[in-house]
Amino acid sequence: MSKSYGSGAAQVDALRSVDLTVERGDYLAIMGQSGSGKSTLMHILGCLDVPTSGSYRIGGADVSQLTEAALAEVRNRRVGFVFQQFHLLPRISAVRNVELPLIYGGMHPRAARRERAEEALAIVGLEDRLSHRPTELSGGQQQRVAIARALVTDPDILLADEPTGNLASDQATELLSIFDTVHDAGRTVVLITHDPDVARRARRQVRIRDGQIVSDVNKPA
Amino acid sequence: MSWLELFRGALDSLLERRSRSILTVLGLLIGIAAVILTVGLGEGAQAQVGSAISALGTNMLIVTPGSVSTAGVSGGLGSASTLTLADASALSNATDCPQISQVAPVSQHTASLAAGTNTWTAPVVGTTPSYLAIRDRQVVLGQPFTAGEVQAQAHVALIGTEVVQNLFPSSRTIGRTITINGVPFSVTGELNPAGSSANANEDNLVIIPISVAESLFGSRGPYAQSLSQILLSATGPTTMSAAYQEADSLLLELHQLPTPAAADFTITPQTSLLATASSVSKTMTVLLGGIAAIALLVGGIGVMNIMLVSVSERVQEIGLRKALGATPGVILRQFLIEASLLGLGGGVLGVGLGVGGSLLVPSLLHAPIVISLPAVVGAVVVAVGIGLCFGVYPAARAARLSPIEALRSA
Ligand SMILES: Nc1ncnc2c1ncn2[C@@H]1O[C@H](COP(=O)(O)OP(=O)(O)O)[C@@H](O)[C@H]1O
Ligand SMILES: [Mg+2]
Repeated sequence: MSKSYGSGAAQVDALRSVDLTVERGDYLAIMGQSGSGKSTLMHILGCLDVPTSGSYRIGGADVSQLTEAALAEVRNRRVGFVFQQFHLLPRISAVRNVELPLIYGGMHPRAARRERAEEALAIVGLEDRLSHRPTELSGGQQQRVAIARALVTDPDILLADEPTGNLASDQATELLSIFDTVHDAGRTVVLITHDPDVARRARRQVRIRDGQIVSDVNKPA
Repeated sequence: MSWLELFRGALDSLLERRSRSILTVLGLLIGIAAVILTVGLGEGAQAQVGSAISALGTNMLIVTPGSVSTAGVSGGLGSASTLTLADASALSNATDCPQISQVAPVSQHTASLAAGTNTWTAPVVGTTPSYLAIRDRQVVLGQPFTAGEVQAQAHVALIGTEVVQNLFPSSRTIGRTITINGVPFSVTGELNPAGSSANANEDNLVIIPISVAESLFGSRGPYAQSLSQILLSATGPTTMSAAYQEADSLLLELHQLPTPAAADFTITPQTSLLATASSVSKTMTVLLGGIAAIALLVGGIGVMNIMLVSVSERVQEIGLRKALGATPGVILRQFLIEASLLGLGGGVLGVGLGVGGSLLVPSLLHAPIVISLPAVVGAVVVAVGIGLCFGVYPAARAARLSPIEALRSA
């Protein structure tokens, strides 16, 4: 598949004929320079954007054939997405941010939702920051709220765009062990990183340059 | 996602943006209240003018000497004092004028009054007992004079409340004597308070028999009894124009005038006064309504601004909500409920303020006010419509974007 932004002279080809298959239960690290198209690829994998040409299939279903409602359900149930810029709602508390996907998933009752969101925040070590607003949290803490929000629906696929970029190294290590746990539970994990140490924990390392995959290495188990 | 959840989410979202919500509600509220109050004031003034005119007497026609349309011609005929007692008694002939029920000749002059050491100046009306019926005046103390007393040229007088206050500040009036231009009269009755009409103070008034007025104010011989007016009343509101026709043709005949254009008198139906006055106050209502509509428009533009300013922030929020699994339908319903709640809040408070203000205004401004249902409904519909359009339309557009497109927009 390919993805380009704009048109005419201003056209940017962010992805050029990328062919990638991610197996269920894979643990994938995507690496590449800034502007190489990593985030663009990730957004398409998470059904947040669509390729300009070519196709993307998730669980055998062609995403371009899905209705808006079906896409919403895929985003809600199957994918947990951690944005590079976190994208938390600034005016509501951490626990209510984490609750949002459960609300859209139709989970009842409220108390059960709240409990589940609190559990997810406990996993990322924020059990004592439940009612803080994102603006009252540090960058690393916001990052972890975003990860709790991605994990709270127990998705098949966890996608994380530079999740350790804002963290001190001991926090990063803690976080990576969370990803390891998620992967060990049979989930598919895809993360973007610059850090070779982080990439080394993944089972498969994909390098991307100028919108093309230049290497795809499976670490021997 | 259930409606209850949506409702709760919309309410939370409004509370999170407390100042924006308050400003929006305030904009709607002020616009709606302004419309209700200004239209109410206009309609109140219209109703007041209407009732002031009908208080002058119902079904009344006023015949005055001289012609408005042919003033030059009638002046050329040598006299503007063309109405006589003979005219009045001819008009009261039931066979010639079946649609005219009552006739009152009026001879009015300003005179100096005195009672003991008190003196006063007031219009003195010489007339017959029919005057009271036609003008809808009552004698609240004592008795009106009778047709027999008119015949007998009795020196009796009915006095208005302002005359009472000035001549008899602290004593009874009935049976006492006043002098009019030095001639003694016995007070037989007091008139009801009637306030001021369009052109006269109805309480500063003395009424005496027409037969006495003739000699009191010096007529110029038996033929030239000049009257100020002849008041007529029609048998009912629907016979006003028939009565007008009867009076017009009879007077033309009596005055030996060949065409209506030559008329040396003018007949003014009370309805035409009413029509003129109510068209004036209708113009006023339209003017006030226009001002109110502008107030509503300004309020609406304020609301629109507040909503559009926050829309880029909201577009990102929509992108995020979609990324977390919200369908476009859920997004749309959330914004619809938010805008409806704002519209409802502004509408209810605006109607409350407008109606509450309408109840207070009469005592504060001494102006009557009418709560106009079309104004209330129209203002609410327009204000809520503005809220819905500018609250929901941008959201509906954003809900169609992909989550990333929406998140990127700033
Ligand atoms: N919405 C957009 N409009 C135009 N160009 C874009 C947009 N998003 C990304 N790009 C361009 O596409 C390329 C890839 O971007 P991105 O996927 O964000 O790279 P990375 O995440 O690897 O840094 C860059 O050149 C970037 O400038
Ligand atoms: Mg990126």
